[in-house]
Amino acid sequence: MLYINGEPDDTGTPVTILALLQSRNLRPERVAVECNGVIIRRAAFSDTLVNDGDRIEIVHFVGGG
Amino acid sequence: MTDDKLILGGHEFSSRFILGSGKYSLDLIKAAVEQAGAQIITLALRRANSESGNILDHIPEGITLLPNTSGARNAQEAVRIARLARECGCGDFVKIEIMRDSKYLLPDNYETIRATEILAKEGFVVLPYMYPDLNVARDLVNAGAAAVMPLGAPIGSNKGLATREFIKILIQEIDLPIIVDAGIGRPSQACEAMEMGAAAVMANTAIATAGDIPAMAEAFKKAIEAGRTAYLSGLGRVIDKGASASSPLTGFLYQ
Repeated sequence: MLYINGEPDDTGTPVTILALLQSRNLRPERVAVECNGVIIRRAAFSDTLVNDGDRIEIVHFVGGG
Repeated sequence: MTDDKLILGGHEFSSRFILGSGKYSLDLIKAAVEQAGAQIITLALRRANSESGNILDHIPEGITLLPNTSGARNAQEAVRIARLARECGCGDFVKIEIMRDSKYLLPDNYETIRATEILAKEGFVVLPYMYPDLNVARDLVNAGAAAVMPLGAPIGSNKGLATREFIKILIQEIDLPIIVDAGIGRPSQACEAMEMGAAAVMANTAIATAGDIPAMAEAFKKAIEAGRTAYLSGLGRVIDKGASASSPLTGFLYQ
């Protein structure tokens, strides 16, 4: 089980960051990703695998003041 | 006054209006930026669960993005948000916003100094939102801030320059740009801040809650420009009592 943005997720592991983003229709150039508190560089999305128990944060910009 | 520039971390801006992007439709952002003549727009960073219209697709080319650290409750959380924001490929600007209090949304000045120090060392152009306190402003200068952003009134309140006297002290004593950040509700209040010598004004709610959002953005632009020109011109003096005629006191018809 993965945890994505605080929610359990049953995507099979191992899986690349890029595949996770694509399954959620998120554009890699519009997000930043953390795995277990460590930032994953965009250039590494396609070859970084996440594993069972990993905690992933995917963030992007929204309106704000 | 065409070479009157706002300089933040070595970057030059001709506009002194920093526009917020919160609480209004993405479809209005482009028009608001254009009518505001803004060159800097603030953004927030949040969890992305699906792609339902990304704000970056609505911001015109060439606008500097200023992500905030809203949601951070301490320096450590603000640093984490700033680093993630930079990974989104938005540049090195960050507005530090750290709150422990959700009722009045007052900034935690102590944690803000700590976060400023860490992020400035990492090469960020740090714009800290703060409660206007001279000692804190001096600490922010020493911590490497690129500007100091005192609040005029509580965030989103549209109450104007409630902290006027304390902002004046910062303008007088601090060598960095002073950018009035929160609570500015009307163009006249933005104009007054600029007349006082503020380097720029940031507004969001005043625009977002206006009847016509792009038109209010334009009204703020004009007010900020008017206030800046007035400040650079040197305001006329005030007399304590009586009056001072503007027309000659000689040559009256009855003489």
